[in-house]
Amino acid sequence: MSTLKTLNGNQTIAEAVRQIDPDVMAAYPITPSTAIVEAIAKFKADGLITGEFVCPESEHSAMSLCIGASSAGGRVMTATASQGLALMWEMLYIAAGLRLPIVAAIANRSLSAPINIHGDHSDTMGARDSGWIQIYSENCQEAYDNFIQAFRIGEDLKVRTPVLVGLDGFIISHSMEVIQVEDDDEVKKFVGEYKPVYPLLDTSRKMTVGPIDFTDYYFEHKRNQIEGIENAPPVIEAVGKEFGRDFGRQYGFLEEYRMDDAEICIVVMSSAAGTCKDAVDELRSDGKRIGLLKPRIYRPFAHQKIAEALKKMKAVAVLDRSSSPGAFGAPLFTDIRSALYDYEERPHIVNYVYGLGGRDIKVEHFKEVALKLEKIAETGKVEELYGYINLRE
Amino acid sequence: MKKETWKELTIGTINLDAGNSVKNLTGTWRSGKKPQFIQDKCIQCFFCWLYCPHSAILVEGDEVKGINYDYCTGCGICSVECPPKEKAIIMVKEEVKLAEGGAE
Amino acid sequence: MAKLKDLAAMEDRLVAGHGMCIGCGIPIIFRIVLRATEDPLIIANATGCLEVCTTIFPRTSWNITWVHSAFENAAATIAGVESMYQALKKKGRIPEDKKIRFLGIGGDGGTYDIGLQALSGAVERGHDIVYICYDNNVYANTGGQRSSATPLGASATTSPEGKESPGKLQRRKDLTKILVAHNIPYVAQASPNRWQDLYKKAQKAFETEGPAFLNILCLCPTEWKYDESQGIRLAQTAIDSCVWPLYEVENGKYKINYLPKEKKPVLEWIKAQGRFRHLFKEENAWVLEEFQKQVDEDWEELHKLANL
Repeated sequence: MSTLKTLNGNQTIAEAVRQIDPDVMAAYPITPSTAIVEAIAKFKADGLITGEFVCPESEHSAMSLCIGASSAGGRVMTATASQGLALMWEMLYIAAGLRLPIVAAIANRSLSAPINIHGDHSDTMGARDSGWIQIYSENCQEAYDNFIQAFRIGEDLKVRTPVLVGLDGFIISHSMEVIQVEDDDEVKKFVGEYKPVYPLLDTSRKMTVGPIDFTDYYFEHKRNQIEGIENAPPVIEAVGKEFGRDFGRQYGFLEEYRMDDAEICIVVMSSAAGTCKDAVDELRSDGKRIGLLKPRIYRPFAHQKIAEALKKMKAVAVLDRSSSPGAFGAPLFTDIRSALYDYEERPHIVNYVYGLGGRDIKVEHFKEVALKLEKIAETGKVEELYGYINLRE
Repeated sequence: MKKETWKELTIGTINLDAGNSVKNLTGTWRSGKKPQFIQDKCIQCFFCWLYCPHSAILVEGDEVKGINYDYCTGCGICSVECPPKEKAIIMVKEEVKLAEGGAE
Repeated sequence: MAKLKDLAAMEDRLVAGHGMCIGCGIPIIFRIVLRATEDPLIIANATGCLEVCTTIFPRTSWNITWVHSAFENAAATIAGVESMYQALKKKGRIPEDKKIRFLGIGGDGGTYDIGLQALSGAVERGHDIVYICYDNNVYANTGGQRSSATPLGASATTSPEGKESPGKLQRRKDLTKILVAHNIPYVAQASPNRWQDLYKKAQKAFETEGPAFLNILCLCPTEWKYDESQGIRLAQTAIDSCVWPLYEVENGKYKINYLPKEKKPVLEWIKAQGRFRHLFKEENAWVLEEFQKQVDEDWEELHKLANL
């Protein structure tokens, strides 16, 4: 039996941590994920968890600790955001290269300069080539559900890859919602026992972990690493289905919202997708044939699923909550545009960057995008390939 | 040596073959001088074993028995540290051989 | 007292066939240190000479469990391994009586400089680990750049001597003192030429409950530029001239472990090494003086701390 609780995003993550009780938790405070660390520390102080909680002197050391602990042979989690994730950057690649199924909750926040504590996806998008699986959450419930599933996905023996779960800073991390919290035992059962692979603590097997490769082996080891994340899609699907069976909320790679007969479509991830749903509902009631596509998993990228969902559209707008200066559009856009390349039948597609540094995106903004899409659909002409939403021009 | 394909490698860049560097014969690095062990001068102090950077002192049972030229790089520390007045290890000239391909 | 004969009979945890330089001091240190505990041991090694030269895939010189993740984080990595050990013991997944020792290793670059923060954090948190710095005064793995352990006046590729410069202009950082300031149970300085002292210190470090730190002078013929056969003699000069004092700080109590019968001038240490060769130019005479002055100051201070 699940219970309804009023929690903010950070509290939902903390609640999941308490239920899963990872063996080692190492995290450093940073806005807006600090409350996760504080909650874990308090759980430990109150005897509600049995795992080790370590409070390192930096995020770099937090991730290094996670790497040491995960190599040692147990379940490991951390939480961070923004500059913290940026400081971990070097170690993110190493966690992935060593195939360690560490799970990180990221309260998505902008990157300096200028310093800003609010939500955008610059931090995790900066880590998109680090080899981590990336899951984005629309609301507190999804953050909770995704975080629980992350352990199952990353720890799968064919995957063995670290996973990060994004929850938009403040918009999710600090907003209260009524969510369904599952029973402790059910969550524990769902996540299951940790299966160590080549644990350092089994000292009967002498191992050299993380050796140096020259030109004759680096490429093979890298390809071997890539296989882990490439094995993830069926696992992500299966875990999402099993989660639905056990808890009634099923997950896949994408959420398609009112897409059935849509001619224009907005693609957006995370909390903005929730606002977009309201906009779509209002536009639909005005007779507009608009839908929303919400990617949930950003890495591995579901290029085929996304292309299949979009190919029949007349016009598509991809909304990115990060920028990629000097590139041909922001990350999600370039991925999706590339995914459509092989399709003869494909929509006009434009990109809008929104919400940097926590700038609001409201229903009216989505309606403006819809207007532009309608015009593109009508005229077959794209006048503005790349633009910004709610920016003072 | 056959090199593994990416599929054959252990996941996570792990080498499970502990201590297999003994197949690298660092003795091929010597250039021009090598230590010579004189058994009857040896006082079995083990300083040569202790201070050899390349683990090239042969120990059998509890006695130093000589030099393992497969690994000896000819640094000469053993000879300098050998305590007897008449040293049990002396450095001698060695004809330089062109490398024969080293280990494997 | 340990006998070398008995130590030689122990299994090598670091085996032959590694790629460290001819006359390198690193394997000498670890021949002794790795025999100072018979318990299972897990090592986290910072990027550096030792790490690179022992693990060129598909070969490894480690006959023990060993992990490397990056340059600046050996202390954090071994702390993570140790944390998992504590967690799994509490959870009953490792038997209560199974003792494992945890050792972090870094050179002076990985310890004095880029790894100092991670080391400070790890020992402050009280992890049950040993951390060893092999201090060869230079970034040797990348080819001889200055570190904060490089002595005054030494020429390194990023503090080269030249018409306008006598080499490194700054005084060495006193890392051992920094570790003492963390109030951890055991801190010591050692040198491979006093192997009994080094062995005992390593034993003490492994047996310490909580963090222990050893700073060990490490010979580097490649970067110090001396006749490689003279390495152990040179280490003797380092302790006789008090350039590298041997001492330990056990629960805050200082003890000097070696008092030279006759303190040698630092000139003895300096003249034996090519990295200081330029100091004998007339215009650099002040550096020699300053070097001696600094060593004397440190030695005097150490005496005070040890109540001698």
